[in-house]
Amino acid sequence: MGIRILEDKCSGCSLCVKACPFGLIKMVPREEVGKPHPKYKKIAVIGQGCNLCGACLEPCSFQAILIEREEAKPRADISQYKGIWVFAEQKKGEIQGVVYELLGEGRKLVDQLGHKLSCVLLGEGMDEASKELIAYGADRVYQIEGSILRNFQDDPYTDVLTDLIEKEKPEIVLMGATAIGRSFASRVAARLGTGLTADCTELAIDLEKRQLLQTRPAFGGNIMATITTPHSRPQMATVRHKVFKKAIRQGNHQGDVVKESIEGKVLSLRTKLLNMVEDITQTVKLADADIIVSGGRGLGGPENFHIIEALARTLGGAVGASRAAVDAGWMPYSHQVGQTGRTVCPKIYIACGISGAIQHLVGMQSSEIIVAINKDPNAPIFKVATYGIEGDLFQVVPVLTKTLKEVLG
Amino acid sequence: MNFIVCIKQVPGTTEVKINPRTNTLIREGVESIVNPFDTYAIEEGLRLKERMGGKVTVISMGPPQAESAMREALSMGCDEAVLLTDPAFAGSDTLATSYTLACGIRKIGEFDLIICGKQAIDGDTAQVGPGIAEKLEIPAVTYVKKIEEINEALIRIERMMEEGYEVIEMGLPALITVVKEINEPRLPSLKGMMRAKKAKIQIWNASDIACEKTRIGQPGSPTIVNRIFTPPPRKGGEMLLGDPEEQAQKLVEKLRQAKVI
Amino acid sequence: MEYFLSEEQKMLRDLARRIAEEKIKPVREHYDETEEFPWPILEELAKADLCGVYIPEEYGGTGGGVFELCLAVEELCKVDGGIALILAATALATFPILLFGNDEQKKKYLPDIAAGKKVAAFALTEAGAGSDASAIQTVAKREGENYILNGTKCFITNGGEAQIYVVIVMTDKTKGSRGASAFIVEKDTPGFSFGKKEKKMGIRSSPTRELIFNECKISKENLLGKEGQGFVIALKTFDASRPGVAAQALGIASGALDDAINYSRERIQFGQPISSFQAIQHLLADMATEVEAARALIYVTARMIDKEPKLRVTKEAAMCKLFASDAAMKVTTDAVQVLGGYGYMREYPMEKRMRDAKITQIYEGTNQIMRNEIALALIKEAAKTKK
Repeated sequence: MGIRILEDKCSGCSLCVKACPFGLIKMVPREEVGKPHPKYKKIAVIGQGCNLCGACLEPCSFQAILIEREEAKPRADISQYKGIWVFAEQKKGEIQGVVYELLGEGRKLVDQLGHKLSCVLLGEGMDEASKELIAYGADRVYQIEGSILRNFQDDPYTDVLTDLIEKEKPEIVLMGATAIGRSFASRVAARLGTGLTADCTELAIDLEKRQLLQTRPAFGGNIMATITTPHSRPQMATVRHKVFKKAIRQGNHQGDVVKESIEGKVLSLRTKLLNMVEDITQTVKLADADIIVSGGRGLGGPENFHIIEALARTLGGAVGASRAAVDAGWMPYSHQVGQTGRTVCPKIYIACGISGAIQHLVGMQSSEIIVAINKDPNAPIFKVATYGIEGDLFQVVPVLTKTLKEVLG
Repeated sequence: MNFIVCIKQVPGTTEVKINPRTNTLIREGVESIVNPFDTYAIEEGLRLKERMGGKVTVISMGPPQAESAMREALSMGCDEAVLLTDPAFAGSDTLATSYTLACGIRKIGEFDLIICGKQAIDGDTAQVGPGIAEKLEIPAVTYVKKIEEINEALIRIERMMEEGYEVIEMGLPALITVVKEINEPRLPSLKGMMRAKKAKIQIWNASDIACEKTRIGQPGSPTIVNRIFTPPPRKGGEMLLGDPEEQAQKLVEKLRQAKVI
Repeated sequence: MEYFLSEEQKMLRDLARRIAEEKIKPVREHYDETEEFPWPILEELAKADLCGVYIPEEYGGTGGGVFELCLAVEELCKVDGGIALILAATALATFPILLFGNDEQKKKYLPDIAAGKKVAAFALTEAGAGSDASAIQTVAKREGENYILNGTKCFITNGGEAQIYVVIVMTDKTKGSRGASAFIVEKDTPGFSFGKKEKKMGIRSSPTRELIFNECKISKENLLGKEGQGFVIALKTFDASRPGVAAQALGIASGALDDAINYSRERIQFGQPISSFQAIQHLLADMATEVEAARALIYVTARMIDKEPKLRVTKEAAMCKLFASDAAMKVTTDAVQVLGGYGYMREYPMEKRMRDAKITQIYEGTNQIMRNEIALALIKEAAKTKK
């Protein structure tokens, strides 16, 4: 088990050396390791610490690297698990947007597998919401009611969902990769001892093996990894908002509601939610925005951000900032886009005075249209921009705002 | 009070590029760094120790070279360091990692608070923190941006949400994962670095930490990496030429065509 | 070039580099414009334990010597040649205490300096006594258990902000160069005040002020060494501190060189990066050679001083300072040239380096005095061996 270099195949070309993100591969003279070859002089040696990520496999044109995986023993009788569940996250009684997107994608997946698409809705007074979920394609809604479930809390939600999963045995469970979803899913998966893949950008079904193919970015989006959970059920995945398209509402779609009340049941509750404070400073939230205008180091100072804000306002979009601008104190951290800030994928991302360092790109490069405005023609951002404008942002941005105002009225 | 900080050594992604010819990852001398979010966790642990008294133990699961990350944490001021390393841990997914770290933490002994960074910048899953809490059967809150109050019995924190924050209280022992807004990590000090250089790091392998072989490493990982590929590189598009007026006009036209406005 | 630094020296250098990049770089323009004293940077240096790199461990330092000081100063000056003076100029005033202070004095003053809690300043120069240091007029008259100081010092780096001052004054004018003494004077001592802050070409974040002594009474406990040792103390101090000035010049030059190389690779003219033109290449090659030569000279001298404190290093210390400062002036001027118009604009950090470099040719002994010292030493050595 593990990773092996096939001695007779390795040509010593070194392409794998550069591909290993951990720098663990070295080229050594074959005589040094007692593996001579009539044609090749060097051979690859993999150092300790390899975590079998497989990044070296693709560049090797000699198929000289072999990863053998020890198959984990099946944890349960997989054939008993049926159907796809979508966790219907609600806040203050409102179903979150990502849920409808998961219903849309879930429908495509479940139609291939041939079972039901269900929602799990925890809360209080959720009758109308259940009906809406059915209208958006849910064949069934498990509506669990209880005052303790009104707002998300780790313990009762984890207890309820894991019990329900163990009872009903869904094959796949999908959740939005929201602040709640990401930690909730982790807890549930850990309790069930099953696999969870976070932030998937693509989901597909391998019908032959009856597996969910969960594709997600890694290394800051520079490589994509397809993950599977071959032997554990349910297969769990979280997906970010705006990755998939919203399901189409069909008012006449039929489905049933399995309503259950847990009032009076004893559930663990080790945390106390004391208060919920809203931050009203951000008028259009970055995460939801379809249009984002971002400012970077090129703005020179906090006093200049108003031209970014003006453009954003005109477009009805949100304001973002690069790490350079946030670190310099020109914009608060809540606006930071990038590897250690927020990842966004709006329809339009306009980057003003942002050079396009890789840590910024990973936060916005999946935007549909990227517009870059920068006076440096060699700025890396132009390599990913759909439309590039080489120019002084202090001239271009106000003119753009003016032009848009005229056009949009 | 006893604080445990979980850290991970990750490749600094600064120099990671894609070779346009072969469409593969090029690692141009990528150095390994302590996961940025974990430095905030270390800093918070140190601040809590300064406030409440006690000890900060830093723990990590990784290859032997992760020792340098442990020394960095020590040079910032952590008291002890434990590195869980063993070829048997290789290939761990987040579940196996959570289990292994939980076993390591159990061996360390009594603790009041475990602090993790929000997520690691290589995996980006943010799953290990809650996973550890589950295995240790303690409460957890993620995305903590401020600790309002802490004493021997409980902790009250502010948890960052998309549109604001929640104030949550929970009893200790517990686990939190922290975000950047919580503090500004200190730079190591020269004396700290010299101390760290001489310090003894505890190195534990699988047989040291009372863990079940079937739950660590590959056998303990329900998820596997099926395939790694480089996404088609996003190609640069059109440059819009002209003076600012012309450029603005052209862009508005393009946005119109794309039906975004 | 590989200088085979020890593990500790590498750690020190890397830490100083980090502070320079992360803490000093974002604010260097600000301090150059406002001319404020960079207290927040002192705090960062203190937290990192860099204020005491040349101070023994028993007084709270990290036990290094001149070499460690030079490493730290060089790294900080790569980013900004003025802000680093909070460390370098303090060291200049601390060396007298290290070399000549008695136990009480060391215990009283060194820990606070090592911890970055206090800044120090060295005061020798007067309006009428620059290169001609023996012409100082400030006097200290013994009165019982005290001395009374009268006179004015000028162009004193860290003046006004430092809490600890090491001052060279005449205690016996009849004895000429054997009549001076060194005293430690603390800020806020009655009779000790400051003149206006000077407006300078460069190192503008470093305050330069007059010190005014008017019937300033200090205890005899503040005498460093013995009466009459004043100039000996000053000269021995310079032997230890001149490599530090050289390191400042080196850092400025090195930073200028790096930026010039990077700029030349990005600046496209006539369809190519200007780094492909021989004119630029030759400039860069000469600059780099001077920088490396300065570095080698400084490192070797600093190591000499630390390894064998009994060695006379006046000639070598003067050579370091002379060569590095002349190199810095030349390198920064050429670096501005490489950047062309952008090198002249205050918006870019290059012109500041040229302004900062100039002072290194002037203070702690002008380069003309350096040449005097070197020549004198050469002749003395020749005279000795000829016998």
